[in-house]
Amino acid sequence: MQYLLLLYANEHGWDSLTPAQQQQGAAAYKAYTEALQKSGALKGSNRLQPTSTATTVRNENGKAQVLDGPYADSKEQLGGYYLIEAADLDAAIAWANRCPGAGHGTIEVRPVWEMSA
Amino acid sequence: MSPHEGGAQARSTADAVARRSYGKLVAFLSARTRDVAAAEDALSEAFASALTDWPRNGCPSNPEAWLLLVARRKLIDLGRRQRSGEIAAEDLRVLTEGLDAASADADTAIPDQRLALMFACAHPAIDPGIRSPLILQVVLGLDAASIASAFLMSPAAMSKRLVRAKDKIRQAGVPFRIPEREELADRLEYVLDAIYAAFAEGWVDPTGADVARRDLAEEALFLGRLVAGLLPATAEAPGLLALMLYAEARRPARRNADGEYVPLAEQDPERWDGRMIDEAEELLRRASALGDVGRYQLEAALQSAHVDHRRSGRADWPAIVGLYDALFELTRSPVVAINRTLAVAELHGPNAALAALPDSASDTRLLEYQPYWAARAELLTRAARYAEAHDAYEVAIGLERDPAVRGFLQRRQATLSVQKS
Repeated sequence: MQYLLLLYANEHGWDSLTPAQQQQGAAAYKAYTEALQKSGALKGSNRLQPTSTATTVRNENGKAQVLDGPYADSKEQLGGYYLIEAADLDAAIAWANRCPGAGHGTIEVRPVWEMSA
Repeated sequence: MSPHEGGAQARSTADAVARRSYGKLVAFLSARTRDVAAAEDALSEAFASALTDWPRNGCPSNPEAWLLLVARRKLIDLGRRQRSGEIAAEDLRVLTEGLDAASADADTAIPDQRLALMFACAHPAIDPGIRSPLILQVVLGLDAASIASAFLMSPAAMSKRLVRAKDKIRQAGVPFRIPEREELADRLEYVLDAIYAAFAEGWVDPTGADVARRDLAEEALFLGRLVAGLLPATAEAPGLLALMLYAEARRPARRNADGEYVPLAEQDPERWDGRMIDEAEELLRRASALGDVGRYQLEAALQSAHVDHRRSGRADWPAIVGLYDALFELTRSPVVAINRTLAVAELHGPNAALAALPDSASDTRLLEYQPYWAARAELLTRAARYAEAHDAYEVAIGLERDPAVRGFLQRRQATLSVQKS
């Protein structure tokens, strides 16, 4: 099965880290991504720009409603994702638990809706 | 054999297989696909087919295998019909493959994956409040309505939450497996709770005249033995089994020759099942040696103390109150608090016990809880407050669903007027 790991954290946390801590953090994510890749579980991953860059779009009566800002204002923001292949929920939870993001935020584990061929 | 006799025999064979193997068949049919609801539907259709086929063609020599083969065909049909959206070709292949392997060895024995299924139901990703009911339904085949009454929920709400939990297992890919050692204790708690809830439902019928209920208690004991046997290093599994055995051992003594309810304090210990009590004592001793105290061991220890009290005529009330204290500390259960007051009454008198009774103003659920009113009535009687005791008995009688217990409470209430005059 495929699962999307959604990484939520306080996006200002990163800025308050010392350069040494940032370097350490980046290295941890790099190692984690590497481990996912080596195991063959990694299907895709990206880090997102902060929510200050977000724009929401909704179409109402054929007209685009475009707004500045993220969909929802919350204490922790979506900051990135991993799309992984895992045998079951326990395997996906194990990967989520290893993610550096689980240490400074929350990981939401969502199964991907499998479309029929 | 007349068609009528054939129908009766088919029904009784189907009933027997349903009770013995329902959970095993559901576990087996859903282990690969994780689609519990589909397995249940297919199995219930297979049972329906059995009731038309068996009277005509005779009961098969291996009814379990017959049901499994029919359920398998229904499952594949179901998969084809629903093959849009979520059910992919891959799922269908897995289903067919897994079931082919199943039918091949169905003639010998169907592997027992009930424990794995129970742990899936008790997975941390499942809503905590629905784990026990879910296990009762998928392993024992209870319908939502009867589970709802045991869990003080409306049948509609119960049914909705059960469906949602089964959807979660399937869609989120909750695995069917026995957890690793480090997560075992937490997950086991929910499995044990579900077993105990099943046992409690079965125990409501004290004479064992209601076959379905008696089997429920037996099934719970079976599951308790299964879990205790498979997980020998855990203390709470044998603790629960001991607790259930103490209760089961007293079943014959809970009614007198006239079918009237007999409370523990008035039961004849000669009518208890001594072998079951011995087994319970041994289990409890072994569980305690593991040095990991829990709710079920404490409750079993209380049962052991009550048994000892009735057999020897001596009771260590401070120790018994101490056990209730530890149990309350662990569970914060108002039920424990109510039972505790009866031991407090022995130690410090009825007025102290009445003061220790939980406050119905802070927990209004108590107002609908028969044991609260029965305990209150008993304590008021001992405190010679007969008019209030009479009123409390009145409420307890009004809340009781078991006619024998109702009769007992009515007799208690009637003795009050004698004491008053």
